[in-house]
Formats: sequence, C-alpha cells, structure tokens
Amino acid sequence: MKPSTLCRLTLVACVSLAPAAALKADPGSRLWATGGVTTIEGTAGGGLVPWALMSGYASDEEWGGTLTLSRAETDDFTLNVTGAALNWRNRIELSIARQTLDLDTLGAALGQDELSQDIFAAKVRLAGDVLYSDYGQWSLGLQHKHQREFDVPEAVGAEDDRGTDVYLAASKLFFAAVLDRNLLVNVSLRGTRANQGGLLGFGGDRNDSYEAMLETSAGILLNRSWVVGAEYRQKPDNLGFAREQDWWDVFVAWIPDRRLSVTAAWADLGDIAGLEDQRGLYVSLQGTF
Amino acid sequence: MIIVARTLALAATLALATACATSNRSGDSTLYQGLGERSGIAKIVEDLLYRIVEDDRIAPQFKGIDVVQFHTNLTDQICEISGGPCTYTGRAMTEVHEGMNVTETQFNALAEQLILAMEENQVSTSAQNRLLGRLVELHPDITHR
Repeated sequence: MKPSTLCRLTLVACVSLAPAAALKADPGSRLWATGGVTTIEGTAGGGLVPWALMSGYASDEEWGGTLTLSRAETDDFTLNVTGAALNWRNRIELSIARQTLDLDTLGAALGQDELSQDIFAAKVRLAGDVLYSDYGQWSLGLQHKHQREFDVPEAVGAEDDRGTDVYLAASKLFFAAVLDRNLLVNVSLRGTRANQGGLLGFGGDRNDSYEAMLETSAGILLNRSWVVGAEYRQKPDNLGFAREQDWWDVFVAWIPDRRLSVTAAWADLGDIAGLEDQRGLYVSLQGTF
Repeated sequence: MIIVARTLALAATLALATACATSNRSGDSTLYQGLGERSGIAKIVEDLLYRIVEDDRIAPQFKGIDVVQFHTNLTDQICEISGGPCTYTGRAMTEVHEGMNVTETQFNALAEQLILAMEENQVSTSAQNRLLGRLVELHPDITHR
C-alpha cells in the first residue's frame, strides 16, 4: 500500500472514530438485557412488539444508541430492516428505520420488486423503572410511517401513504419468578390504521379509523446473556382485497456483551396480500454504543 | 498508583475484618446457603469493594468511608436479607444515603458490580436473582436522597 493511501485511510478512520470515542467510553450503565432489542419498526422492544424499555443502556446521566440490521424470510416475502436509535438519559428515545419488503413471489405479476417505508419514531419514558419500580416502567411512543412506493398499496385499497401509530407500553421484570429465573413482561396498547404494519399503507375500504390493538410479550432471562420468549401482536384488518392476521413469534436473544445482541425468532405473520401462512425465520443483529 | 495503594490498604483491612467476623445463630434459608453463608457473603462484599474502588462512576461516593465498618455492615445486611442469622446494626438506609444524591446510573453501577462479584464467587444465577429481587426493594431508600 502506498504511504499516501495509508495516510488517507488512517485519517478517515481517525476523523470518523475519534469524536465518538471521545464522547462515549462505553454503552451505558443499565443492566444487561434491560435495553431489549430492536423491533422491525426501529423501536426498542422485542422483534414485533415495542416495549417500555429505552434503546441501549444509557442511564439517567448518560446517552447512547443502537444500530440494527434485521431480516425475516417467509415463503413469499423477505423483509429487511435497517435502524438506528438514540437514547437520552433513559428518558427519550428517537429512532429511524427503513423497511423493505421484497415481493419475491408477487413481484413479476405486480411489476414491482418491493414495498418500502421509513419510520421516524419517538418514545418517552413516563414513569418507573423496569427493574426497580413495583408498578414497572411506562412509556408513550409515536411511530410516524411514510411509504416510499405507494402504487401497490393504493391499488389494493389503502387510503393513505403515511400514518402515525401511538402506543402506551408497560414493562416489568419479575426477579426469580420462573424457576428462579427473571421474567420480563410487556404489554402495549397501540392506536393504528396501518395495514401490515404500514407496508400496505394506512386505512382501507373495510375500515379507515384508528383502532386499539393489544401487543404483548414475555421473556425469561436464562442468565444475563440469554433471553427466550414469545410475542403476540394484534393487527387491524382494513383492506377488502385480502385478510390480515395477528402476528406472533417465539424468540431467543443472545447478549454476550452490552455492545452486541443477536436475536433469532420464528415468526408467524399470517396471510399477507392474499398469500397464505407467511412463516419463517427472523434474525436481528444489534450494536450498542 | 493511588488505586494500587488504596487496593492494598483495602486488602489488609478486609483480611482482618473477615477473620474477625463470625456468626452462629440458626437460620433457615436456601438463599443464604446459596450465597455461601456469612463467609461467602463476606468474600463477595470484599470483591465488591475492590470493584467499587476501580469504578469511576461510584468510587467518589465511597470516598472517606470506614472500609472495615462498611464491609461488616453490608455483609450483615446481605446476610440478614438472605435469611441468614445476622442482624444489620448500621444506620437506616435512608439516613445513610441522605444528601448523597445517588443517581440511577450509580445504583445501576453498584448492581452491576455486585452481580460481577457474585459471578466471580460462583454464585448461581438462581441465588443471584433471588438476592437482587430483595435488594431492589431498597432502591427508593437509596436513590435521589
């Protein structure tokens, strides 16, 4: 390698890494696994369900964030998600995510390869701490979703290419609750008009109003590095052209260090756009800073 | 250098404290046994103190404490909380932490160091969880005072 190239590479590395390193020595002080992982909507939670937990590990005097890549493959679709979140003092979480749904089977017929949307989200911790409060941790969140290609959703009856979900989430960890293992329980109530989470637009011919949906999950911490659990997410059914079902999954998350988590899940997403029984493997990789 | 000196001083005083402390009243608790009884708890607290000294998030809050007294008190307290035959004779938690303004970051940091100290002493996940479940009840008495 020529010296000039090395210089340039080193300079790039130094310039890009130095500020981050100077500001952030570690990912934060909250205990292992209490940041959850990142949902397909970019919010801290499980895989499908937002939790009241705030992204990463920043505690009340700290800030931090996460970067996440996720992928789910079913018989006829592939979902890719890239997301980033910032957490300020375990109080406010801001996140962005881009979802891309590859239309593996339908693509040729529709003349379009993918559906895609961007999600800009915020979450505020209202009260409590998941570990330390008897009544658990409570957060309020918004997810503003914006379709990037609205032709297909519009053709199947979606009313809008953008929508905002609102949710109230409660999370609590019960120490030594199941065979002396810690149990994390989450319940969220979401107001939404989204079709298939927004990938098929918002509102439709069957229903065009906000509806309240229950989303819940529970996980057992086998130790501080391994979590196994399940999630359930109720969904609206707004479009006449194809029914939409609730989602659920079972997951295992490995958190070898606060800086890294790897989540694998088996998810059942029901029928999507008329193609039945979309089930498959979900994998998510998260880095925390 | 300062840390090394402090650590050595800590080691000397703790060795003495651990050697002096014994307790033989009857108790009934699998948690107490899971922590290695009073001697096991004393060792965990000792390792915890070494960890505190090297943790910049919390070390300043422990500056100037009477290390031997602190070690005895915390050992007794964990012994009692875990169902062991000890009696905590220190001041009330609220009184001890008055004016310290312990933050969530610091409480979390101490919990982390306690967990690591328990791991270092091969305390089972089960016993760790049970103890933490009882200790977190002290959270309101310790933080933001």
